[in-house]
Amino acid sequence: MDRVDSVLLPELDGPVPATLPSTLGLLSLALGVGALVAPGRLARLTGVDDSAAARGVIPAVGLRELGSAVGLLSGRRPAGWAWSRVAGDAMDLTLLGRALADRGGERRRRLALTTAAIAGIAAVDVLAAVRIRRAQRARARMIRMDVGVTVNRSPAEAYRFWRDVENLPRFMAHLESVRADDLRRSHWIARGPAGHRVEWDAEIIDDQPNKSITWRSLPGTRVPNVGRVQFVPAPGDRGTEVRVELRYAPPAGTLGRAVAKLFGEEPEQQVRDDLRRFKQVLETGEVVRSEGSPNGISVRQQAMQRPAQPLPASRR
Amino acid sequence: MKATAWMGTDTVKVIDVPDPKIMNARDAIVRICTTAICGSDLHLYHGYIPAMRKGDILGHEFMGEVVEVGPQVRNLKPGDRVVVPFPISCGHCSSCQRGLYSVCENSNPNAGIAEKIMGHSPAGIFGYSHLLGGYAGGQAEYARVPFADVGPVKVPDEVRDDQAVMLADVFPTGYMGAEMCDIKPGQVIAVWGAGPVGLFAAASARLLGAERVIVIDRFPYRLRLAEEHLGAETINYEQADVLDTLNEMTAGRGPDACIDAVGLEGHHGNAAMYAYDRAKQATRVETERPFALRQAILACRSGGVISVVGAYGGFVDKFPMGAFMNRSLIMRTGQCHVQRYTRPLLERIQRGEIDPSFVVSHRMPLRDAPKGYKIFQKKQDDCTKVLLTV
Repeated sequence: MDRVDSVLLPELDGPVPATLPSTLGLLSLALGVGALVAPGRLARLTGVDDSAAARGVIPAVGLRELGSAVGLLSGRRPAGWAWSRVAGDAMDLTLLGRALADRGGERRRRLALTTAAIAGIAAVDVLAAVRIRRAQRARARMIRMDVGVTVNRSPAEAYRFWRDVENLPRFMAHLESVRADDLRRSHWIARGPAGHRVEWDAEIIDDQPNKSITWRSLPGTRVPNVGRVQFVPAPGDRGTEVRVELRYAPPAGTLGRAVAKLFGEEPEQQVRDDLRRFKQVLETGEVVRSEGSPNGISVRQQAMQRPAQPLPASRR
Repeated sequence: MKATAWMGTDTVKVIDVPDPKIMNARDAIVRICTTAICGSDLHLYHGYIPAMRKGDILGHEFMGEVVEVGPQVRNLKPGDRVVVPFPISCGHCSSCQRGLYSVCENSNPNAGIAEKIMGHSPAGIFGYSHLLGGYAGGQAEYARVPFADVGPVKVPDEVRDDQAVMLADVFPTGYMGAEMCDIKPGQVIAVWGAGPVGLFAAASARLLGAERVIVIDRFPYRLRLAEEHLGAETINYEQADVLDTLNEMTAGRGPDACIDAVGLEGHHGNAAMYAYDRAKQATRVETERPFALRQAILACRSGGVISVVGAYGGFVDKFPMGAFMNRSLIMRTGQCHVQRYTRPLLERIQRGEIDPSFVVSHRMPLRDAPKGYKIFQKKQDDCTKVLLTV
């Protein structure tokens, strides 16, 4: 994971603290160790000390908890292990229900308390498992693009053009407009297929003149995104290596599908095209147009070329 | 306006299309006076270049009169008589600034397609498929010329249209073919192909000081042009074994440099050899018939130069890499960086060192373009070069 990812991830994880899986793991560890080391005390505490079977079941439950603990603390597939805790909770509740049925008095009271406690833990486990899975899916949907182009201009010229964020729609094909609200904040409008428009506010979070610019969408954006562009002198006096890292996290559902479609099957290709246009604008003054590609470089247009003959008057 | 359009394999038509208009600030609109059919147009005609669309306007050799310029074009004005180089070149990218105009980094809006086939994209070219930009060509009454502040060169009154139009492609391409040979006094240069590019390569080899020039082709009328106009020696590969003859002519050394001015649709004296590559090409197992290139590599003296200006589009089979590597050969190649050569060659024409119109065999009005393609394709009526006048 690089620095650009780490800007976006806390937002994708939402209200799930990154420590949630390991907290659940520690809980499993404590329960597991308790059940294995002091099964008798646990049996008394929960009101099943009158059962011979309980002496066998409690260490087995302990072993299961230790298994969940190892899984959750390992950090691998946290959602799966969180669901394993939910399954364990269900199993425990079933056992407790059967134990409750044929007991009375103090033991029944203790069993009822235990059942209530386990039910509470189960609710927390379900909530945690759902949230961990949701955060994982958001991370999996994140579109990552790392693309570079060499521009025959100095880092200062390339930086200046990019730093004026209102220039971005001149070469980023999916953007309809960018309005600078002040030196750091700006309002972006992107156009998508089928009339979908996505708007968001962004801010520059790191600005190193002539070297790099990092920006991100403000929290609450429907399509959280972050980007960084670096301007590195190209070796051999060949201008500037412009290196761009972009991360988008489209939401699930219709909007997410629209955003995914916007970037097509080859999201990097679109960014590469954007950078080609950036190079054209900086080196030649504008986006280069041909009769077959009257809008200039675009993956979609490449697939749907019009014949190489002048445009009818209606299309000018 | 009227324009020559590609309508499918072996079919061109003169059709009515809208007049071109300025699309970029550095564009000019040129009213075409004279345009030519190039041998490489035949590759399009035969359907060997991918990414053609029905209705594409052909033609990358044209000259005429400027009728309109975009706001950023300050070196030209309406009324100027210009010849337009076939590569479209921005003049500001690293490649253009190093004189490598035909690999301009900005002029192909369809660079993404070209990269998939060629790794990186070359420049856009007028009327030469969507792979190379999807630009409308110049076999028409008018053409839009992008980067008009870089490419077009004004033609002085004393240089005729039929001389100037040769500067769009064939003369500079032949000249670059000879220049890449790095000719030293006393050297023997062999040229495969006696079409206009091969003839200009032979003529340029002479201009650059070659001792002897040997031209290889199968059409006697073309070989006669090489002998009579250029003082070249010739080999008809249908009548003689090329390798044996070249060895004999050079006392076993082989030519010092070999120029391939044939490209992807070569022919071979041996019918079986021709059939082998023709069949592979027809089934798209290979895209080229590289007979001239293979033979040039085997013929060349050890340590010599193979200069490739014939057009290739894709992949060749049976490339004699062993001969190439073991005998320290050098290969230089490229679509011509025409903008480098237009002015110096124009001066050679003005000084009377060469009259490039010697290659012209046919002149006809634009409306007869389909006939021109047919005659040129079939090599009928001793056809070498067809000019279309508008």
